[in-house]
Amino acid sequence: MMEEKKNETLLEIKELKVSFPVHKKWLPAVDGVSLEIHPGEITGIVGESGSGKSVMSQSILRLRDHDTAVRYEGEILFEGENLLQKPLFRMRDIRGNQISVIFQDPLNSLSPVHTVGNQISEVLILHKQLSKEEAGKRSIQMLKMTGIPDPEACMKKYPFELSGGMQQRVMIAMALACEPKLLIADEPTTALDVTIQEQILHLIRDLNERLGMSVLFITHDMGVVSRICHSVKVMYLGQVVEEAQTQELFENPCHPYTQGLLACIPHLRVERGKELPVIQGSVPSLSNIPEGCHFCTRCRLADDTCRNCPPPLVEISPGHKVKCWKYADGAKEREVTAS
Amino acid sequence: MLKYILKRILSLIPVLFVVSCVIFLVVYMIPGGPATALLGMEATPDQIDALNAELGFDRPFLVQYVDWFTNVLRGDWGESYFLHQTVTSAIAEYFVPTLSLAVFAQIIALILSIPLGILAAYKRGTALDLTCVTASLLGSALPGFLLSMFLMLFFGVYLHWFPVAGYAALSEGLGEHLRYLFLPALSLGIVQAAYLTRMTRSSLLETLYKNYIQTARAKGLKEKKVVMKYALKNGAPVILTAVGQSFGSLITGTIVTETLFNIPGLGMLTLTSINRRDVFVIQGVVIFVTLLYVIVNLIVDILYGFTDPRLRPGRK
Repeated sequence: MMEEKKNETLLEIKELKVSFPVHKKWLPAVDGVSLEIHPGEITGIVGESGSGKSVMSQSILRLRDHDTAVRYEGEILFEGENLLQKPLFRMRDIRGNQISVIFQDPLNSLSPVHTVGNQISEVLILHKQLSKEEAGKRSIQMLKMTGIPDPEACMKKYPFELSGGMQQRVMIAMALACEPKLLIADEPTTALDVTIQEQILHLIRDLNERLGMSVLFITHDMGVVSRICHSVKVMYLGQVVEEAQTQELFENPCHPYTQGLLACIPHLRVERGKELPVIQGSVPSLSNIPEGCHFCTRCRLADDTCRNCPPPLVEISPGHKVKCWKYADGAKEREVTAS
Repeated sequence: MLKYILKRILSLIPVLFVVSCVIFLVVYMIPGGPATALLGMEATPDQIDALNAELGFDRPFLVQYVDWFTNVLRGDWGESYFLHQTVTSAIAEYFVPTLSLAVFAQIIALILSIPLGILAAYKRGTALDLTCVTASLLGSALPGFLLSMFLMLFFGVYLHWFPVAGYAALSEGLGEHLRYLFLPALSLGIVQAAYLTRMTRSSLLETLYKNYIQTARAKGLKEKKVVMKYALKNGAPVILTAVGQSFGSLITGTIVTETLFNIPGLGMLTLTSINRRDVFVIQGVVIFVTLLYVIVNLIVDILYGFTDPRLRPGRK
């Protein structure tokens, strides 16, 4: 059954552009991103802070709509339905039910003044119309599934009484309570220390295999990507600059930015005392985006073409696309984006 | 919990000590004593000195203070020179109207401010929000006595709905009691509501940008539920503090309002006692008001624990 579903697309994002008003100008935080997520797949999005990866993930559930003015262009199709066309109150049936999110900082993402049990049961009462008792029982099952010892006691606890790892397990239990088809994990391991990080990654991967749920995994850590994602998209300043299957991307990184990110992972075998390479400079602000290739200000290969004309996203081998003049030239000239 | 309350009550002692020193010193230093006030303008200096000696005001400062403070600790707060009753019974008598007025005004303030504050935060950025903010700013800027006089004029003099001023004790019936208290309570309530509306709104707005609010929205909850369940309970300590402050200022007597509406409350007692240099009453009222203030704060602190488990005394 899993096999035939593989071919369908669960979530398809087409040319998504998300802009926010800054000083009376609309600045795009996400600028023409397209992606497809198939059932059971873990898709990774990698990028530095400010690359637009979080904004993109929040746009899927339209979480930004409540706080600020925001303008969407393009389409976000979830099971064929365009989420951007839906009135905001219709999004409530999807949020937490069909698509769930887990956030970066579990302590601050859980309400400090409500018990764990209350916060998990709430979703079940809301979406599955369970009674309080049924929801409580199911919540305990969910907590057990995420590997929390003594889930009954945990139900009565407040988030601050749990450790960081336990808090993130609670977040995961809450997100998965209604068995969503898609889990958006927005840097779920960033605030955790390394051993806990490993446990949480293992848990997400395990749940993905057991429940067949798709995961959109957002991170800035290439190391994490290699351990969990089936395919990866590398984002820079609101655009996808390279995408491929995880193994292909690690073996054959083509974009200078991807190469830079990979070079930043420390290896045990690297000589002691040798400096770890870094990508020079920092991400330019949205009001200061270069005209040509967005990465040209920090790229060691940049020439005049790069500085003046934006490169297209080109497929250089099946499933491997890159947005870079330096690699587009020799590759099969098949434009993917219609820009 | 009990240990916590006991500890808080013990910590009252140094506070009371400092307050008693200061108030005793201030009263000691103001020119004119009870003797001058008792004997009138025509009294000769000899007569005044004689009365002062009789009342014990010729003794050294420290002796007078220690004498008074030990009596206070024993429960003997002295006797008023003019009211022909003990200070404690005078305070008990004058406190009743003040307490009634404070509770009434606080209820009016809460009924007005909490829903308005929530509404303004829920409809943030809209015309409704702007109206609430402007109204509450206007309410805070308006001097209380002006508002009182306007209410007296409008509801009392023109419409005859409520008595212009005066006070009816609870023994004359609850209806009559509240009818007399309504205008002063409304006047105080509006001013407090203006402050509380702003505090409620800003505390909710602050929590509405927290991460757990995003989590709540990501669950698919209605915005109304997000505000009422998550923002309100998380913002509650700030609102509670503001309510405590507002009640503290009401319960300790409102001199202007009580004088305007001619209500025999603590504020009025303070004012007349100062004019008459009725020293034991002044000192007694200040000590009493300090006690009240500390108790209100203690209650607020205990209530924190109900809204936020992290602030629950005795927990971790």
